Formats: sequence, structure tokens, C-alpha cells
Amino acid sequence: MIYREAGQFKSTYASDQALFPIRQDRVVVGLAVAAAVIAVPLVADEYWLQAVLIPFLIYALAALGLNLLTGYAGQVSLGTGGFMAVGGYAAFKLTSAFPGMNVLVAFLLAGLVTALVGLVFGLPSLRIKGFYLAVATLAAQFFLLWLFNKVAWFTDYASSGTITAPPRTVASIMVTGPAATAPVRYLTALAFVALFALVAKNLVRGRVGRSWMAIRDRDIAAEIIGVRPLRTKLLAFAISSFFCGVAGAEYVFLYLGSAETQAFDINVSFLVLFMVIIGGLGSILGSFLGAAFIVMVPIFLTNVPHLLGLAMPVALQKQIELMVFGGLIIAFLIVEPHGLARLWQIAKEKLRLWPFPY
Amino acid sequence: MTLRRVMIALLAAIVIAAPAAGTVSAQAKEMFVPSTVYRTGPYAPSGTPFANGLWDYLTMLNERDGGINGVRLVVEECETQYDTKQGVECYERLKGKNGGAMVFNPLSTGITYQLIPKAAVDKIVVHSMGYGMTAASDGRWFPWVFTFPTTYWSQASSVIRYIGQQEGGLDKLKGKKIVHIYHNSPYGKEANPTLEELSHKYGFELTLLAVDHPGQEQKATWLQVRRINPAWVYMSGWGVMNQVAVKEAAAINFPMDHFIGNWWSASEADVIPAGDGAKGYKGATFHAPGTNFKVHADIVKFVYDRGKNIGPKDKIGEALYNRGVVNAMYMTEAFRTAMAKYGNKPLTTEQVRWGYEHLNLTEARLDQIGLKGFTHPVKVTCEDHEGSGPVLIQQWDGKKWNVVSDWIQPMREVVRPKLEAAAVEEGKKLGYTMRDCSKEN
Repeated sequence: MIYREAGQFKSTYASDQALFPIRQDRVVVGLAVAAAVIAVPLVADEYWLQAVLIPFLIYALAALGLNLLTGYAGQVSLGTGGFMAVGGYAAFKLTSAFPGMNVLVAFLLAGLVTALVGLVFGLPSLRIKGFYLAVATLAAQFFLLWLFNKVAWFTDYASSGTITAPPRTVASIMVTGPAATAPVRYLTALAFVALFALVAKNLVRGRVGRSWMAIRDRDIAAEIIGVRPLRTKLLAFAISSFFCGVAGAEYVFLYLGSAETQAFDINVSFLVLFMVIIGGLGSILGSFLGAAFIVMVPIFLTNVPHLLGLAMPVALQKQIELMVFGGLIIAFLIVEPHGLARLWQIAKEKLRLWPFPY
Repeated sequence: MTLRRVMIALLAAIVIAAPAAGTVSAQAKEMFVPSTVYRTGPYAPSGTPFANGLWDYLTMLNERDGGINGVRLVVEECETQYDTKQGVECYERLKGKNGGAMVFNPLSTGITYQLIPKAAVDKIVVHSMGYGMTAASDGRWFPWVFTFPTTYWSQASSVIRYIGQQEGGLDKLKGKKIVHIYHNSPYGKEANPTLEELSHKYGFELTLLAVDHPGQEQKATWLQVRRINPAWVYMSGWGVMNQVAVKEAAAINFPMDHFIGNWWSASEADVIPAGDGAKGYKGATFHAPGTNFKVHADIVKFVYDRGKNIGPKDKIGEALYNRGVVNAMYMTEAFRTAMAKYGNKPLTTEQVRWGYEHLNLTEARLDQIGLKGFTHPVKVTCEDHEGSGPVLIQQWDGKKWNVVSDWIQPMREVVRPKLEAAAVEEGKKLGYTMRDCSKEN
């Protein structure tokens, strides 16, 4: 009843091609962004910002990047953790080599460095496909982490091999380092993820995104109609790695504060891949839903016994958490194999027909 | 239908039980001590006994004395799985709870690195007892971080001194081969610079062999050990890595009494899986093993006999259990030191920090609290948050750990200048300035 576009006529090409052609969508998205920018920093306490929302935003950005590659271009990658590590270490090297550099610029440059690395590791995708490509990108994961662990130059010869986010200001507001407040970090991460979500949304509905999907759906057919596989696949790897690189830089600078290679281990790659699968392959919204699911559900489950006032040994609690979380993943995949984004889409369809379904 | 009924009954039970369980706290004289533990995951063999020791000592104080000078300790555990991200989540969740956390004992070098910058902003003491960032032992640069009784760098120098003693003098080390097998993480790498410096000084050939997390696969490492055929092997391991290493060493018939683990690599869980092969394996420690202390009798009487325990009774006195006890003891003695100045009431975190910085644990005091001969006295100062404590070497005889050396002093003349230089470097990275200790009261 409320959610119905009847009567909304498009009189220009611009309005017909708008990102959100339905007015209700525009209102909801606008309200959500406004709430995230204004209400959340006022309401949320430090625990929520630092332990829940900031990791959520950063993982959402990484999932967005992987979704472009896996969901849209159809190239399975298990190297996300490695690419995020490139972003983190590149941002660290850049800020330590050029102390005067704006740290936000350093994030973007770190993304560029990661894009180059991604290009290199994307080369095998021209010959290998599917599961075999996943194994090839796994090599990126292990090689990159080994490199950062082995070559002391990447950590500025720190004896412990740990990189630390230096204190940096933007417009005299502390953005990184221990003295940066949680709302500032949160807003920085939010700005990046909003900007890149917009970029991604526009990419995938333009020529580039269509050529990715053509390659994904049937590469030989795409080649025959004139999509160049080399350029298209490598572009997908580069852009995806760029997103992951920025996410990795944020991961070190805005979330952890200091990190070693262990923070980017294979589990991170799997987590981001699960986010994309559970959220929905080939969906921008799905990246956010998947990140929310994977980041927030375990934290929620950890806190449930406290909320209920049940005194439970922590080990038991952790094991129950893992079991419930695994069960939820399976349940969601059985109910909707196309991910949470598809669930939302179905809900939208139903809302349009409501209250007279047929 | 039955499933539905069960669900409804469950929900009802939870709703009824919830308010009843929620009304425990909210007493006036309390101090909150969070305990970040790992009782699950690949590091649980090391994390569980430590967590039990810490829990039991604090519970024993609550049960026997009603807390510290009338202030009860509220202890809450938080599972980290030795994972830095979960550790940060725990820290953020617990730091403001129950009137505010007094101190964090992260029991993970990775988590310690995370907390060092954060905790100083939140004004909470981080006590990384014998782990963490060695450079943070300079109290002038890192006022909120304490590493006493000793650090990885001091420990490595003590172990080299011990090896020197066994070889008949430090000058005999020249040309000897020593291998350091380390967990490939900030924790494991921590001892490397000191060992390198000492290898130059004493002329022994040092080989560094990294083992990747979690350390279940070490065939290649021990193949290399076999090829190098070193006189001594020193290990910085943790969790399952330790038992795998001990097994592998036994499998290649390495002389176990020339294999020394650091203090996180020498507990019962590390040697028992290797069976008789582990006999003779040595490890560093800064407290005695076993249960022959008054404290252990009190723990049994006030914690286990009253059913307040988490762990099993037969694990009391294990090396890492006692490590948890000594950690809890340092913490409560620091609280007592602060209370002697600020009065017997719940402290602020600034007062706790003062207590840590002025802790002077004497032989007489150890005797009073039922830990005579358990550990070495410690004196913390504004400059020195490490205390430069000596270490003991313990040896596994197949059934239990026995101390086989006197207290071995670290080579402070080597360690301290490097430590101060590193503190300047690490402090500057965080934008800190040096504190003038002569102006502290």
C-alpha cells in the first residue's frame, strides 16, 4: 500500500535512469544515510562504534570489492585478506615516508597500490577458471602475507613486525592514531563506504558492469560480441583490489590501530567471501547485508547470555555461539540460496502487491 | 506442536529467570577486574590453566578476606580465542562495565599491542606480565603499561647466561650453534633482536626459525634443526605449537636437556603429549611450580571446597596455573599498595596506576601472603616498569616440573640500553613525549 510506485511518471531520461527510480526507495535510502551520519554518532556509545559499526563498515567495503569481482565478473577470489594486507601495509609505508600527507589521500593511494598488485594476481584468470582460479588467488593470500612477514622493510624494521597507525589529522581533526575519537573514525569509514558504494552502483549498471556480467554469464559468447576478456577481467581485478586495499588501510588505521600479518590471515578472506555469498552475489545491497550478518550476529550472540542474565562459562558460551552461527548460515542458505539481498527483493515484490497478493 | 510447546516453555523460563539473575551486583565497595581468557581454539591448552589460576586466586581473596581490605573484586571473563579482533571487542565491552575496569591482563602479545595505545587514552593500566611489547617497559614513555617481573629480552639474556653456565662460561659459547624456534608473530619475534646482539657479543652462531600460526606443522623446521645440529635450541612457542615441537624434538632424538622453552613454552600441556620423549625438556619460569604453598591450600579450602571453581582440582599447581596465580597476586598487591596511600576504598584507575608504579614486593611480604619462595621480589619504579627480574630454569622429569637452577640474572647492561632506545622509537610512533620521573610523587 505504502510501497507502490503507481502514479510516479518518468518524463525525462535522467529520471528514468536514476539510481533509485522509485520515490519510496529514495526516501528510505536518504533517511538511512541521514540516520547513519547524524543519529548514530550521537546515540551509539564507544563500544557500538568501535567494536561493531566500524568493523561492519570496513568489512562492507571489502565485501563490496569482492562482490564486484566474484558477484559481477564471476571470478572467484580467496585473496581478499592478502589484498587488504597490501592496502594496510601500503598506507603504513606511505604515511611513514610522507608524514605530511593527508591520511585520506594515503588510503586512496594505498588502494591504487593494491589495484596494481591485484592486476598481477589477476593475470592467471585469463587461463584458469572457477575453483582453479580460487586456488590460484589463494597463492596471493599466502605469498603476500609471507612477504610482509619476511621483509622487514614493510614494517619499517620494527622488531616485532607490527605496524602501528600513526596519529594524523585532517583539517586539524584527529582521524587516526590512539587519540582519534570513535565518532570521527566511524564517520571517516562511513564516508568512504558511501562514496565507494555509489561508485560501485554506477559501475555495475554502466558499460563496465555489463561487460563483467557478460563475461560471468558466458565468456565465449561475450568474446564473440566484442567484450575483450583480458581487459575486462583485469579491470575487475584492479577495481576489486582497489576497494579491498582501501578497506585494508581502514582496517589498520581506523579499526585495529596496530596490526601484524596475522590480522589478515586466510580467515579474513573466507569471512569476506561468506559475506558476499550470504549477502547475495551480484548485489550492492547484499554486500552490506552480508557484512552486517557476519560481523554483528556473533557479537550479538556473545552478548545474549548477558542480556538474559544467564551466568554461563565463557568457553561454553563461545562454543554455543559458533554452533548457532553455523546453524544460522546453513538455515539462511537453505531458505534463500541467493542471499539476503534476494530476500529483500522478494519482500519488495510482496510489498508492492500488498494487501491484494495474487 | 510439541516443538512449539517446548519453545514456549523455554521462552517463559528465560523471561522468568532473567530478572532473578540480573540482581547480583550493585554493591558499593567493589572493584571490577576483567579477565580476557581463551578457553577455546588452538591456544586453549595454554590459556585455560592460566585463566583458572587467575580466577581462583581472586575468588579465594573474595571468599577468605571479603576482597582486598574490604573491597570486593568483581571478576568477569571474556573469551578472545587469542584473536586480536575479539580481544579488542572484549576490551571495548568490558572497559566501562561495573564501574570501570581497573586493569587489563591481556595474556596475548597481539592484544597487548592493540591495547597499549587505546588504554593510555582511556587511562586503564595494561599489565602484560612477561609478555607484550618490551619497549613499553620504559615507564617514562609508557606510563600506563607494566611488564614486570621481566620481559622477553631479559629472559633471552638470562637463558643465554644459563647456557653459558652449562657450557662452562660465557666465553665457551664462541662458535657454538644455537637455534631459536619462534612463533611467527610479534610475540615470537620479540626475543630476536636481543639474541642477535648476544650472538655478536659472545660469538655463537644463531639461526632463527619461524613457525607459522598455529604451529601444527613443524616437520620442515625440525628437519632444518637436524641439518644444523645445534648445541642448544631455544623456543618461543604458544598453544599447540609447543607440544608439536616437543614431540618433533623427541622424534629426531634431539637431546632434550639442551632444548629450552621460554616461560610460555614450558607447561604440563606442552610435555605430556610427548610422553617419555619429553623427559629432560627445560623451560624458563619466574615462579615455582607445584602446590607446596599456603596459597594453594587456601584456594582448595575457599574456592574448590565451596564449589566456586571453574577448572578441575587436579590441575592446581600446573606451571601455567601458577602463572595465573602470580599474575593475580601482582595485581592485588598493586591495589593494596595504592590503598595504603589512598585509603581502603574502591580505587580510581589513576590510583591503581600509582599502585603499580610503586609496587615493592619484598620477601617478607611474599611470606605474609602465603607465597614464601614462590617467586622473586619485585620493585617497580617510574623509569623501570619491568623490574628486570631474574628467571629460573625448570626441567620436566616425566611427571612434574622441577626447578634445576638458581635465579639467573638477566644481562641488564645489554638489555636496558636497547630497551630505552626502542622505547623512544615506539613512543614517538604514537606521538608520546617523555615523562620526567623526578617530578612524579
